[in-house]
Amino acid sequence: MPASARFPDLSRVPLVDEVGVNERAARFQTRSIKNESKIEALHLILSMIDLTTLEGQDTPGKVRQLCQKALHLHDALPGLPHVAAVCVYPTMVGVARKTLAGFGIGDAIKIASVATAFPSGMAPRQIKLEETRIAVEDGADEIDMVISRGAFLQGEYGFVFDEIAAVKEACGDAHLKVILETGELGTLDRIRRASVLAMHAGADFIKTSTGKIQPAATLPVTLVMLQAIRDFYYQSGRMVGMKPAGGISNAKLAVHYLVMLKETLGNAWMTPEWYRFGASSLANDVLMQLQKQATGVYQSADYFSKD
Amino acid sequence: MASSTSRVPVAKTYKIYIDGKFPRTESGRYFALVDANEKVVANICRSSRKDFRNAVVAARKAFGGWSASSAYLRGQILYRIAEMLEGRREQFVAELALQGQAKRSAKKEVDAAIDRLIYYAGWSDKYQQVFSSVNPVASSHFNFSVLEPTGVVSLIAPDESGLVGLVSNLAPIIVGGNTTVVLASESMPLSAISFAEVLHASDVPAGVVNILTGHRDELTAQFASHMDVNAVLYCDDTHDVAKEVQTKAADNIKRVVCRSGRDWSDAASQDPYLISETQEVKTTWHPIGS
Amino acid sequence: MSTDPSKLAFNDGWRYAPAPESTDHVSIDKRYGLFIGGDFVKPEAGQYFDSINPATEEKLARIALAKTADIDLAVKAARKAKNGAWSKMKAAERGKYIFRIARILQERAREFAVIESLDGGKPIRESRDIDIPLAAAHFFYYAGWADKLEYAFPARKPVALGVAGQIIPWNFPLLMAAWKIAPALACGNTVVLKPAETTSLTALKLAEVVRDADLPPGVVNIVTGAGETGAAIVEHAGIDKIAFTGSTDVGRRIQRALAGTGKKYTLELGGKAANIIFADAAIDQAVEGIVNGIFFNQGHVCCAGSRLLVQESVADEVIAKLRDRMETLIVGDPLDKNTDIGAINSRAQLDTIESYLKVGQEEGAEMYQSSCKVPERGYWCRPTIFTGASQSHRIVQEEIFGPVLAVQTFRTMEEGLTKANNTPYGLSGGVWTDKGAKIFRMAQNIRAGVIWANTFNKFDPTSPFGGYKESGVGREGGLHGLSAYVDLEA
Repeated sequence: MPASARFPDLSRVPLVDEVGVNERAARFQTRSIKNESKIEALHLILSMIDLTTLEGQDTPGKVRQLCQKALHLHDALPGLPHVAAVCVYPTMVGVARKTLAGFGIGDAIKIASVATAFPSGMAPRQIKLEETRIAVEDGADEIDMVISRGAFLQGEYGFVFDEIAAVKEACGDAHLKVILETGELGTLDRIRRASVLAMHAGADFIKTSTGKIQPAATLPVTLVMLQAIRDFYYQSGRMVGMKPAGGISNAKLAVHYLVMLKETLGNAWMTPEWYRFGASSLANDVLMQLQKQATGVYQSADYFSKD
Repeated sequence: MASSTSRVPVAKTYKIYIDGKFPRTESGRYFALVDANEKVVANICRSSRKDFRNAVVAARKAFGGWSASSAYLRGQILYRIAEMLEGRREQFVAELALQGQAKRSAKKEVDAAIDRLIYYAGWSDKYQQVFSSVNPVASSHFNFSVLEPTGVVSLIAPDESGLVGLVSNLAPIIVGGNTTVVLASESMPLSAISFAEVLHASDVPAGVVNILTGHRDELTAQFASHMDVNAVLYCDDTHDVAKEVQTKAADNIKRVVCRSGRDWSDAASQDPYLISETQEVKTTWHPIGS
Repeated sequence: MSTDPSKLAFNDGWRYAPAPESTDHVSIDKRYGLFIGGDFVKPEAGQYFDSINPATEEKLARIALAKTADIDLAVKAARKAKNGAWSKMKAAERGKYIFRIARILQERAREFAVIESLDGGKPIRESRDIDIPLAAAHFFYYAGWADKLEYAFPARKPVALGVAGQIIPWNFPLLMAAWKIAPALACGNTVVLKPAETTSLTALKLAEVVRDADLPPGVVNIVTGAGETGAAIVEHAGIDKIAFTGSTDVGRRIQRALAGTGKKYTLELGGKAANIIFADAAIDQAVEGIVNGIFFNQGHVCCAGSRLLVQESVADEVIAKLRDRMETLIVGDPLDKNTDIGAINSRAQLDTIESYLKVGQEEGAEMYQSSCKVPERGYWCRPTIFTGASQSHRIVQEEIFGPVLAVQTFRTMEEGLTKANNTPYGLSGGVWTDKGAKIFRMAQNIRAGVIWANTFNKFDPTSPFGGYKESGVGREGGLHGLSAYVDLEA
């Protein structure tokens, strides 16, 4: 177990009132982001995307295409950033590593790999740890693990904590993102508690969802997790990153996630180092918005590559 | 002068009723109640503003407990008052007669007073159900409005009706959980003091009802102006009185209720809206969620 | 772990560009007359006053100054309508007129929102999302009551009072007009309404709506002016009922003026509500509730949660979070869609608020204001909290009516309750705790007309609103709001 991991006093985890959270989340959506601040936000969003493919039908060819898109979002528009990372299954890490290495951009685009029997997490711990180590050995910079939701819902918080801590150790230098799968936790109180457990166990990021369960990321859920990150920061001095994933498919919504981020954690988190969007179709909608800003004309999806 | 064979009757001393006790007025003053033959019937306490002040302190002290008591208990206590009054019917009839009322009318009045108490005893746990509401707000909140007692109510009882006028106004005040300071009828003050004795024997907690006797022209201003009184109820709608009461009541935005021109013995003079006149509506919101 | 993380920083980096609401669809006349008997008429004495945009100090329009002679005309018009068309009409038809007003307001909602923000200084987000929709909803709610009044008063026959004189404040101009006019009309009364002198415009636009809805002339009359105009309404012998919303001082004067006249009245007056945060509350939502309680509408809210009572064990945490949250509040142009706190309504009100800021500091409380910039012109006050405030301080006892919060701590529930109730006001109160039993105990024992438990500053047409003690007499809204406009016959 990493030295920094310390089981939290769960009795001190703040309670959450759902209606109040929903009201606050709705307020962020009343922010009107226009003109240059919209363009800035759209660029930032692109740079925060973990461009994702997590399908049973994934092949090396699909992953290579994804890596191309990660670098060449839409070359017709100059000055665009590349995405933060590509996110793939462990068996595809090697392909991604090889493809990205060919670009000669160093490790500017990270490789994130899901692990720990994603998406269900229903595997023996030794297999989860082994899967993690293999993904890291194959070149993953970041590991997106899933927590054991069944154990969590049973109240086996020690089990969940130990597992996260063990995976963190198995990660070595790789960053650990801990997926809570908030759609299976049921209440915001549990989401807050799971966030606290994950951060105390050593998570570098906390992440809402696998994308395989509905509901995936929502503004209220993400707000609760951001508030947990803020409290953890004030208590420990350690910054933890946030990754909403699943369901964020349009630019306007993503901008409101940024608004929420800015007004909850402030400027320090407004970088790909501390905030990611887990998404596959978001990038194109952002690109369409940027093109619209540049030309003043509403766009068609036919002009943007679907990878 | 009594003959050697007859017994000398023992006259009753009429005192005032504050905080469950029967003191004389702190002022030591009195006024004589005389009958039609100018014979002194009793010396009545001429209460002072300090008596009133003491009574308000008692009423305020009693408010917390009385307002928190269950509706069922308040109903039982009002019913108990009626029982006690029923047992003393003859005394009250005689006393009204002594104050100049015809016997027939006195009997009717006492019966009406008893029945009025039964009427309001029955309302104790029902007016809330009639007057409260659940409000279907558009947001995700549960929202309901209930009645709560206004607080300390000063009551200047009708002058023309010694007993049923008092009971008809007092009962809706206290059944609703308020406490009160009463100024008895000036021309017929005896029944009010005897009624205090009935209250005293009926499990009414000390301070819930306080009854003073005295001159209206001295005390009306006090009843209307005291800053720790939340509502003032009076029954004389002559312009000068109304103006004085309402003007002074404005000092602390008292609720002002005037009830005049009623035949208090008539059953039409009772209804639950009289309870609601010394009630506040409180609305509570709470989110519905998890 | 002994770390001292630096404060979160909210003000550098990405900023929101100005997002002004467009005003090109809004028309404001240069000069407005009085709306009497279904038409705009010139004031008898020919006097006008300026309505100022408090965010720019620029003149928006000239507004007629109504004097006694004008009030007399308005009351006569209202009386004529009361004795004529309005009383002869079937109740269901009366209701349909009120429904019409609701519908037209919904259609013209954005225009009303913009004018409300221009004239009063409140953020467009609030006028757009709260004031105007709620005003329309009020008309819609009470319209439906018009032909159902007998169900509101068991065993009684409700009868209209006659002509209602209605005097409203500047903090929610159109909404307060709706609160007053809708139930009065539903119950069969006619009205003479006076908006506050700094915010007459939406009431005058409402007069246009009333005209467009074809209400019989004289059912609604809108007269404009300041305190003297209001006094002329209060004193007019032809008025049967006064409904007033405003300060407790003026309410007291009105109650006195009405003494002995036999006129009925309802009063919605001041407040100094306690917002009570227990240690077991959902703290982050409680902080939102504090913000919404005191910074909503620049704190120009009679039921504002202007006293924060926070349990000692969480006081530091709550205050720290509150300060962070205050940093994210945007003060400025009321027409900017991102503005959270708009302009203070008038120079006079700003002076009052600023005098309390001095008082608070002199009393020894510690003042904290957010670091946001405010525009150079116009009337502005940054969100402000005073920590270390005491029950004996004036900033704790007196209504400031601005974005200024007095923070106190308590240890036990009893102490919290005692402090909450230690005020002559009793309009509202807030309770934040996760424990249901405690909510009910607190809700029962706070002597105030509206209790928000785990929420604050919520309003709805169906929900009665009004104060205990010096916060007023009577209720507005909901079933109980009907009582203010009827006599009950056997």
